[in-house]
Amino acid sequence: MSGENVFPPPEDGGNEEDMKRDEEKDEEKDEKRDERRRQERPPEEGGATASGDDGDGDAPSGPGGTPPAREPGRPPRIPLPRASVEDSGLPLPPAEPAGPGPLTLEHPVLKSLLGAWALAACSAEETAAVEEHLGDCGACADEARRLREAVGLLQRPESLDLDPGLRTRVLDGCLNRRPPRIPVPVWAASYDAETARLDALLQDFGDAEWHAPVRLRWFRGEGATSRRTTVAGVIAHLLAVDGLVALALGLDDPLAPFTTGDRPGGNGEANGTNETNEADETHKGHGRDGATGSGGTVDTPARRTESFWAGSHFPPTRSVRGPWREQTHALVRTVSFTGGGPGTMPVSYGGFELPLRDAMLDRAFECWVHAEDIAEAVDYPYAPPAARHLHGMIDLAARMLPETLAARRRAGLATPSRTRHLVTAGRPGRSLRLEIEGSGGGEWLIPLDSPGAVGSADHEVAHVALDDVEFCRLAAGHVSPEEAAAGQLGDREAIRDVLFAAASLSRM
Amino acid sequence: MAKKDAPPRWDRKMQQRLARGEAAALGELYDRFASLVHGLAHRVLGDERAADGITREVFAHVWEHPDAYDPKQGPLRTWVASLTHRLAVQRLRATETAALAEAGPGSAEATEELERRVRHASVAARADYIVQAMPAPLRAALELAYFQRRDYRQTAADLGVTEDEARRRLRLGLQLLSTAHDSAAPGAPPEYGGAA
Repeated sequence: MSGENVFPPPEDGGNEEDMKRDEEKDEEKDEKRDERRRQERPPEEGGATASGDDGDGDAPSGPGGTPPAREPGRPPRIPLPRASVEDSGLPLPPAEPAGPGPLTLEHPVLKSLLGAWALAACSAEETAAVEEHLGDCGACADEARRLREAVGLLQRPESLDLDPGLRTRVLDGCLNRRPPRIPVPVWAASYDAETARLDALLQDFGDAEWHAPVRLRWFRGEGATSRRTTVAGVIAHLLAVDGLVALALGLDDPLAPFTTGDRPGGNGEANGTNETNEADETHKGHGRDGATGSGGTVDTPARRTESFWAGSHFPPTRSVRGPWREQTHALVRTVSFTGGGPGTMPVSYGGFELPLRDAMLDRAFECWVHAEDIAEAVDYPYAPPAARHLHGMIDLAARMLPETLAARRRAGLATPSRTRHLVTAGRPGRSLRLEIEGSGGGEWLIPLDSPGAVGSADHEVAHVALDDVEFCRLAAGHVSPEEAAAGQLGDREAIRDVLFAAASLSRM
Repeated sequence: MAKKDAPPRWDRKMQQRLARGEAAALGELYDRFASLVHGLAHRVLGDERAADGITREVFAHVWEHPDAYDPKQGPLRTWVASLTHRLAVQRLRATETAALAEAGPGSAEATEELERRVRHASVAARADYIVQAMPAPLRAALELAYFQRRDYRQTAADLGVTEDEARRRLRLGLQLLSTAHDSAAPGAPPEYGGAA
């Protein structure tokens, strides 16, 4: 057990302590530590002989002492300043012309410059003064060599683009070797996977990407609609709507700070500057509008999103990623324990409810759809979900179609069919065969006239065939029902109604 | 990212959850450390697929032996990094040795060359880790001065600190980094108590 901290290896007492502290303390403590170091440092910097980390340097280098001139033929004791890293083994070139009159600096100052010197981050005069000094001061020359070598170790971090499929392979491998006592429910697996994929996409985003414009598109009633936001705004949207599931599970509502009058945020960098309160009054009313239930703000996804956007005073920034990711983890963790059994509360979306397991599928679907929006906005490639996850999402949409058809009929948006044929609940009714091609596909029989009827091959009046991803784009409102590439056979009105119903599954 | 400086409480809870057999905890562990593990393995092995393999091994090991990590001994991140390092260096040594054997009877120079490569890879991986683990102010200063080629006065201005402080950070950052060279014990991979 004793060898566990060999990484990184300690060099000497002082540095080992540095590393351990660096690991364990947060920045605030680091600052305190730094403060203390500053206080400890002066004696060391004042006289080279007092220092413990300068190797065996015993060269005469009294503070302020005038260094003797360098012998002409003497080989350089240290590698070159970095012109490029590769140069570091070459002999020293003639010192840069240091302008009129060489700079005279005292030993402690020269020593404090060593790091900057090794990085070629000093002025020409300072560089010359340091190099002059290195010829005379063994301790500094030793340190200079070490620091210069350290510069050669600085490397761009490896690309952080991990193969998204690796996560599934690694986790599956682990779970095969040791079956979990508390598994992630199968119906939450797609949410787990999709949120991880989106998080990986966000990994390397800089400010430009976070603020890239995104147009959220969905389908309402008879046509397409959209709303402009940014990449960060999309993540805020996901955070706000996932919050519906969090609420159903008894977790904290990410919108709570906006609706209880607390300072919005608590989630990052916007906080320091959001002292203006002008926007405050308008948006606070917003959040309360649809407040239902005890204490929580169950509302529609769109209203929650608008309220969240309005509540942050400033447009969302990258700081929204942390809270979003924490909530996704909390959801997966919590559903692993509570399961989706009959006792579980359904998730309210304001206008309608979904059982927990379907809500998790729905959120996985939304996560993928918006990840694609983001990827498109920043011009990254983004693959569809794994086949089995895609299949679950399509199945959810297919199961929601009969209810949606009925709602559209009530609203006068679907054909009040002349041929409509009502049957007793649970009996076979007029049906459309929905054939989804592709690895996530399958076949579904959609009862056309009543959500209570059962789809039946014997009563099939129409047949529609679509590619799996195309169907999902339709259900996301990204492709219009007229333009969806669908093979069609049979009752045209039935087909039109079903395609429009599929599109109207989309929402903000 | 705030996650980097998470308190050890997270480590303790994670260890307990893994021990309890909570699959969701394994997912979170992966999400936090996968890029660290894969990055270090890749730095040592220089090969994507080999790094994938090490990543699988590391997480399988932690999942199968959650008790091997003792939160009192230090941060989980360090422990995971050590484990990764050890497994990656082992793999490098094994593949290189196999390649040597294939090439015929090994000469002393070839063996020496192998050790040199192992040591080099080991130091590079350790340096990566040190940079990631050092306090954010030091890392930020190095980032500006090295990658963005700012001089120390500009670095000071960018960071909103005194020039004195900028010099101090650059020097201290490099001092920390230079320890990557030390104890790259010739021959053996770094010792790693209690893991196997």
